[in-house]
Amino acid sequence: MLLSYLKIAWKVLLRRKFFTFISLFGISFTLMVLLVVYAMYDHTMGPHTPEKRVDRLLFITKLELWSDHSQSNSGASYSFLDRYVRPLRTPEKVSIATDGGSLVAYVGNQKLKLDTKSTDGEFWQVLDFDFLAGRPYTVREVREGAYVAVINESTSRRYFGTTQGVIGRFLEADALRFRVVGIVRDVPASRMLTTADLWKPITVSTVDLRDPSYLGPCMAILLARDAADIPTIQQEFRQVVSRVPVPDPKAYTEVRVYAEPILGNLLTRELFRTTGPDNGTGRFMALAFGLSLLFMLLPALNLVNLNVSRMLERSSEIGVRKAFGATSGVLVGQFLVENIFLTLLGGVLGLGLAAGVLHLLNGSGLIPYAHFTLSGRVFGAALGVAVFFGMLSGVYPAYKMSKLQAVQALKGGTN
Amino acid sequence: MLQLTDIEKVYQTKTIETVALNRVNLTINKGEFVSVMGPSGCGKSTLLSIMGLLDEPSGGILELDGRPVKSYSDKELAHLRNQKIGFVFQSYHLINDLSVLDNVELPLLYRAGVGGKERRQRAHAALDKVGLSARTTHFPSQLSGGQRQRVAIARALAGRPEIILADEPTGNLDSVMGEEIMDLLLGLHRHDGTTIVMVTHDEQQAQKTERLIRFFDGSQVA
Repeated sequence: MLLSYLKIAWKVLLRRKFFTFISLFGISFTLMVLLVVYAMYDHTMGPHTPEKRVDRLLFITKLELWSDHSQSNSGASYSFLDRYVRPLRTPEKVSIATDGGSLVAYVGNQKLKLDTKSTDGEFWQVLDFDFLAGRPYTVREVREGAYVAVINESTSRRYFGTTQGVIGRFLEADALRFRVVGIVRDVPASRMLTTADLWKPITVSTVDLRDPSYLGPCMAILLARDAADIPTIQQEFRQVVSRVPVPDPKAYTEVRVYAEPILGNLLTRELFRTTGPDNGTGRFMALAFGLSLLFMLLPALNLVNLNVSRMLERSSEIGVRKAFGATSGVLVGQFLVENIFLTLLGGVLGLGLAAGVLHLLNGSGLIPYAHFTLSGRVFGAALGVAVFFGMLSGVYPAYKMSKLQAVQALKGGTN
Repeated sequence: MLQLTDIEKVYQTKTIETVALNRVNLTINKGEFVSVMGPSGCGKSTLLSIMGLLDEPSGGILELDGRPVKSYSDKELAHLRNQKIGFVFQSYHLINDLSVLDNVELPLLYRAGVGGKERRQRAHAALDKVGLSARTTHFPSQLSGGQRQRVAIARALAGRPEIILADEPTGNLDSVMGEEIMDLLLGLHRHDGTTIVMVTHDEQQAQKTERLIRFFDGSQVA
């Protein structure tokens, strides 16, 4: 039966090529935009290098000293994170790193500005970088304050002209000499919490590790043993924070600091400018869903209109099918299958268009080291969106079609 | 097998009330070949639609195999149409986007328990019966009017219905092709014992059937 439906769907598409083109254009353009946005979201928030295990990661990047009338916020200090986050029992591992910094190196007369990140040794255990050569620096090298560094592929090419034989050579920046111990594949700038051109031990950075104040330039990354442990870790951290003494009780009444998944940490807090316990993830999801729906609604309405008008020319077919025993339910099913077939076709075209746009974006250098791809997840999303779109635009015409009286339909009428 | 008692059909608009059928009493017995004649607009096609469970009467009782049709739900009516009734229309009503074979398979698509292989076998057998087994992959637009009507008859036969309702099956055909189709229906009736109710304008063809019912202004006159 399905084959028969698909045969009909294909013939109906070919019958009125211009309308089919308009429908497919509307569908594929809409899906293309949604897919590009989703691919960018996935690229920033999804499980990609170095945050491959993103579902097991929590981030602490902000700390706020809060009262009704006064707020002060920035990153956390190393000592705060070392004292209150590192000893947590529920995470598998905790890493502390700086938010970021920069160094200047020279290649001949050419200035090379390097984005840096100073980290502990656990950083390399919590995250999954793709090493092209060498190794990460160790916990011991960090403790000893060794001037070692891991650099990315582009920095290796720009500074040394190659990625071959670089391990063990020295990179000089801001009058400091770092021995290169590892080269990793470039991390896109959209991975804001982990990206850098050069990673070095936090013990050789300018960060004062003993500064007792709570505010500072650092962040923590927590790796859970299992994704299901995330709420337990958050709960433990909340309990710890509730016992943390407020540093200046006259000015502040509360220390606000949260361990959050990447979406809440990186996106929704910034988007909704919230510092409270609700990081806005729920609101973001509702907004994203609502906007996507709204975006799909216009071409869906167009398709509904087109489908309803096509019913006129198919009334004889509907009448015959009813005469030979098709129930309304079966006809609704047939029409939905046809419509979903059309939208899946649009989905494939949209996927192709999205691949083209992402290719252009990758080549544009708009986001450094970005490499947007159409992963299995994006493909799955495309499939889901196309089917949803098919349902959205097919239900009403299918219902109307199924309600057509057989006698009227055979006469070519629509009621 | 079909019993019509005081069947009425009235079409009502805001200003006009049109009586299409006026207290029709009729019995169609199993194995009969009945023709219905009358001028245009006398209610013949309406009668056939009501007998075919495609339309509801405004009044009266229609019984199929002894049970009032009114007691069936829409879903049950669809099931009955599929199991018991085969339609042949004046303008064929073939689905132009489907091949001859796919068109003939149509009633079996809606029948539970009939697989693809059996569907094809039965459709081939029906096409064989109407002499079109060499045209299975053709599309309706590639056939003559007579051939299209034969496909429509094969479609009606494929489901092995108990009754075939034919609404002016030769109305769109020239006399030679019309004769061919008539011979086909007569053959089906004689050899297979199929019950047929045929609406026609052609007196000669009507005379070939076992019983002739005449209609005028919505009423049975003979």
